[in-house]
Amino acid sequence: MSKIKAENVNVYYGSKQALFDVSIDIAEKEVTALIGPSGCGKSTFLRCLNRMNDVIEICRVEGSIKMDNLELNSRKLDVVRLRENVGMVFQKPNPFPKTIYENVAYGPTIHGIAQSKEEMDQIVETSLKKAALWNEVKDRLDEIGTGLSGGQQQRLCIARAISVSPEVILMDEPCSALDPIATAQIEELIDDLKKEVTIVIVTHSMSQAARVSQKTGFFHLGKLIEFGPTDKIFKNPDNQQTQDYITGRFG
Amino acid sequence: MTSLDPGLPEEEDRQLIQMVSYKYEAEVKDLLLKNPDYLGKIVPIKLTASDDVDQVHKGNYPRDIPEENRRVNDYQLQIYDMLNERGDILSEFNISFFTSPDSREAELAGIASSFMGTVFSILVCLAFSFPVAVLAAIYLEEFAPKNKFTDFIEVNINNLAAVPSIVFGLLGLGVLLAVFNLPRSTPLVGGITLSLMTLPTIIIAARASLKAVPPSIREAALAIGASNMQTTMHHTVPLSMPGTLSGTIIGLAQALGETAPLILIGMVAFVNTIPGTPVDPAASLPVQIYIWSESAERGFVEKVSACIMVLLAFLILMNLAAQIVRHKFEKKWS
Repeated sequence: MSKIKAENVNVYYGSKQALFDVSIDIAEKEVTALIGPSGCGKSTFLRCLNRMNDVIEICRVEGSIKMDNLELNSRKLDVVRLRENVGMVFQKPNPFPKTIYENVAYGPTIHGIAQSKEEMDQIVETSLKKAALWNEVKDRLDEIGTGLSGGQQQRLCIARAISVSPEVILMDEPCSALDPIATAQIEELIDDLKKEVTIVIVTHSMSQAARVSQKTGFFHLGKLIEFGPTDKIFKNPDNQQTQDYITGRFG
Repeated sequence: MTSLDPGLPEEEDRQLIQMVSYKYEAEVKDLLLKNPDYLGKIVPIKLTASDDVDQVHKGNYPRDIPEENRRVNDYQLQIYDMLNERGDILSEFNISFFTSPDSREAELAGIASSFMGTVFSILVCLAFSFPVAVLAAIYLEEFAPKNKFTDFIEVNINNLAAVPSIVFGLLGLGVLLAVFNLPRSTPLVGGITLSLMTLPTIIIAARASLKAVPPSIREAALAIGASNMQTTMHHTVPLSMPGTLSGTIIGLAQALGETAPLILIGMVAFVNTIPGTPVDPAASLPVQIYIWSESAERGFVEKVSACIMVLLAFLILMNLAAQIVRHKFEKKWS
């Protein structure tokens, strides 16, 4: 079932066009990987899905992006509600310089999700457990989040993202700053999370895309070249450019 | 005093009395009020020496010039030498320098009025400039669109920081005193005038420290669904506070040493009361230095030096505070 449906999305940074007529269907409770060489527009597309491009003043998005029939690319959209439903994990772990507890509790606090201290404790515990971080930090929740290791910080950011129970989580190269062990932990986590949420992940690692995703989209020079089941993209792509990129002949 | 040389004519009597500060009447009265049974007895009493005797004692007055060119005549010198030999001339730590207001007599002049004037001016300056400057910096850095108009404002703020302080003094004179009729010579007007000078300094410091907060923190907050206002108030502003505060302290330290604008708004007046509120007339430490340095008496040279030391100590303390705030509370970004 389709969760997000993008049609003819064009993105401009000032006069420079970054995305050309991208149309894509992202299925619910699946992992969709977006791959492609640097500067191909995959992160730009990802940031359209939770309107993070609004932050960039010169950025202009055209076209239609519908999530459950709600038009995302509309001036009338409540961006705060959207971002509560569509969480995001960034390339570089960016926990707040506050305690681990406060990091996870921040989202539920501003959205008024928890009614009591106990409920908040419960949300924090559940989120950290889902992010596979609970056992490592349960005795030091009042320590500063930025004091954790890189991999732990990234899982803390994931815990923060799932604390408000989003329907979709966007991940922008979440493992590019992590070592192989931390990467393996995050990938395992993605596998668990997809039972409950739709995940869109941008990655530079082809093997990671092959391991974690069910669908893969290949971007090149702002265009979506090919989109389909991961197996097919990696084993038998229709497009020559995709074939070349997958086999490492360019990019 | 007269018992030092009983039965002497009235002229010498007057010369003897000149050797102590004119405060001696009050000092005798205080002693009697404290010890009523001293009345009618002969008891020793500590009197404040006049500034001329003080200078003789410190060796600052040469004795070998002709008597008519000296401020202390031969007769007074003779009495001084007698007292000194008996060990009756004492030097003590001048506590009254810190507790007395200004005076025309060097030996009585203190910095209490100008110190309080400075404290009130700085507090008024802080109260006016800090909120305005921080809010202006937040608006310009976090909310204002980047266009020609905001560029224009930015250039103007930077220029404002370079405007000579005397111009702000004239502005205070022309607007605060002439138009708004605020009470002249008061720390209220002085503080507002100084806050005009401090404003650009704080805005620039606050903008720089807001800019230093990494964009990833803003993105993190926005991505979890915080509004722009929440992102700014919960994350960016608290993280920028150490830099803003140390910039504020440095701005205030600049204002502390400012003299020209205060002279223009009348804080140069001779004030011999200690101000209790910001709307009482007062001097300020740098202006006090200016006033005293114009006085002819040798005793004021020492007063000026002491006042400068107090002002410098104040400045060093504030700059130290700025450093501590910055190093202790500033977050390190890896």
